[in-house]
Amino acid sequence: MLRWVLAGTIVLGAGSALAVGQASVHVQPYHLEGPRQLADQTAKAVVQDYVESWQTLHEALDQNRVDVLDRDFVGAAKDKLTDTIQQQAKFGLHTSYQDRSHDIQLVFYSPEGLSIELTDNVEYDQQVADRDKVLTTQHVSARYTVVLTPSETRWRVRVLQAVRQ
Amino acid sequence: MRLVRALLVSGLTACAALQVCAQGGLTVPKAIEAGNSFSVQSSGSGPATLYIVGPQQVIKRDVQLGSTIDFGEGTLYGAGHYLVFVTGSGESAALDVLPASKAGDVSFLARPSRLPVGLREGITGAVYVFDTYQNLVTTPVAVSFQLSTPGSMAQSRAVTTRDGAAWIAMDSSPREGAAQFVARVGDISATRVIGQVPGDPCGLQMKATSAGQNVALETAPVRDCSGNAVPDGTIITFTESHNGAQTTVDVPLKRGVAKVEMPAYPGATISVASGVVLGNQIRWGR
Repeated sequence: MLRWVLAGTIVLGAGSALAVGQASVHVQPYHLEGPRQLADQTAKAVVQDYVESWQTLHEALDQNRVDVLDRDFVGAAKDKLTDTIQQQAKFGLHTSYQDRSHDIQLVFYSPEGLSIELTDNVEYDQQVADRDKVLTTQHVSARYTVVLTPSETRWRVRVLQAVRQ
Repeated sequence: MRLVRALLVSGLTACAALQVCAQGGLTVPKAIEAGNSFSVQSSGSGPATLYIVGPQQVIKRDVQLGSTIDFGEGTLYGAGHYLVFVTGSGESAALDVLPASKAGDVSFLARPSRLPVGLREGITGAVYVFDTYQNLVTTPVAVSFQLSTPGSMAQSRAVTTRDGAAWIAMDSSPREGAAQFVARVGDISATRVIGQVPGDPCGLQMKATSAGQNVALETAPVRDCSGNAVPDGTIITFTESHNGAQTTVDVPLKRGVAKVEMPAYPGATISVASGVVLGNQIRWGR
């Protein structure tokens, strides 16, 4: 099951949605909590939608645009990002989160199939700018815990939270 | 670029064992709990601007270098990884905000909303535990689940969260009725109501009596295997076979029983069923 995922490094760069800032994506073998079987197509869709959400994150926080969040974020994750964008706009800041690599492990698929949780050891470049002046650029390695829920056409991120490594 | 990255990584590693992290003259706690007060110590002198930037929150504050900058309770509450830096000095540090240790909210999803009684592991519940700031509590937390139906013994189980999530599967009660399904973390709880309805008919029986040219058929009160009355409206099918011809009548249950009259053909075979559940069979006398 899920051989393509278990096989090792997968670069999902072929998709058009990942045409900008292609990040390498590696999906770990997993031992899912929960009684529900995870279909290959579901696993692939979850990973792809999650990785694409980083592009949305990048676009939203770099351009201070709340409107782009809808496609990939919902609930608390969307609310928090909305607040952050409003804070950035108030301070005249914008921040680029450019993901470079993802090391993903699916950890929980809820019994009714309405949520899936993954962890991601992600590397990204964070650049903070005050209008056109770059204030700092840092390379960050962080571990994220992510909860996604299905919507009409794609999985959307409901929780996006860096946890202490 | 690689050199810069290497320096940053080595710097972060060096301060990993410390409670506070001093980088380029900024002394910042390595980690704080969401909503707790904390302080940042800067070196140098003169006015500057301090930033704390992450996807969850952004803080900007005018400061005097060389002073201690205090942040009160509730200032920084979004769990995540933050970059802390001061303009003009090149000073920066990393700060992790951890979810509060106390649960403040439980997201509880229970399925299905309605199911037959006596179904093994037919009810599932999944919870995500959050603190009061809607941060996912990723440290293990004990969650107790309880399923109680009036007139039945309650089922209780305890599960520990992993990465903020926990799940359970429980049997539906032998008794019909609305079950209270409760997930509790400390003094926080969430309740869902699960409708438990009777299962398929069990031991379906009918009797036949003469009614002039017809035979009157009537079932005994129809119940499931746990003794719950099967709801009115459930279809009961009577089938009469005689001389190679077959007559079928569907009758909804009314007040727990189904009644019908069919032609009284001597030697006819009459059977009763509900869905795939077969009842008894009667051969009508000549």
